[in-house]
Amino acid sequence: MSNDTVTRADLSEAVYQEVGLSRNESATLVESVLDEISDALVRGEPVKISSFGSFAVRQKGQRVGRNPKTGEEVPILPRKVLVFRASHVLKNRINKAFKAARQAS
Amino acid sequence: MTKSELIQRISDMNPHLYQRDVERIVSTIFDEIGEALADGKRVELRGFGAFSVKDRDSRVGRNPRTGDTVYVDAKRTPFFKTGKQLRERLNGAD
Repeated sequence: MSNDTVTRADLSEAVYQEVGLSRNESATLVESVLDEISDALVRGEPVKISSFGSFAVRQKGQRVGRNPKTGEEVPILPRKVLVFRASHVLKNRINKAFKAARQAS
Repeated sequence: MTKSELIQRISDMNPHLYQRDVERIVSTIFDEIGEALADGKRVELRGFGAFSVKDRDSRVGRNPRTGDTVYVDAKRTPFFKTGKQLRERLNGAD
């Protein structure tokens, strides 16, 4: 499980290995990057990371939902959602690895 | 905000670091996420969100313009789910 999930700790470790900073500072920098992205999105600004993908905030209107258990109609209030669009570079990278693995098996 | 603007912001916050090191740090983070996804792993960043991949079966599709049938090979696509904290912040609950 831990081997199949990458967390902040793994990202900090990668930064630590790549640049000669302390582990502590590497972790702080990972956090700063995530914070800056979040803050921009909360301001309503899209975030575009070339060769990775883009994040954008989309406004959803009100619609009628249904409580699946009781069948009762409940309004779903207007809200903002975050959408991520992977770049072609990232999609190709993932697909290439997937196809190679399928061919090998 | 673009990647270079992000790098600029992080550089401004860390005047003791060379800009080229900040560039490497930011690139390393996205590279690492991309590599994990290429390995079929999941990347979970609490409060921010989680990246994962979904496998799509091969299917017979149609060219919507010509109506021709086309075979679409099985593929793996990246997916992102917004974290609870960020979702709440987007909707004004800080």
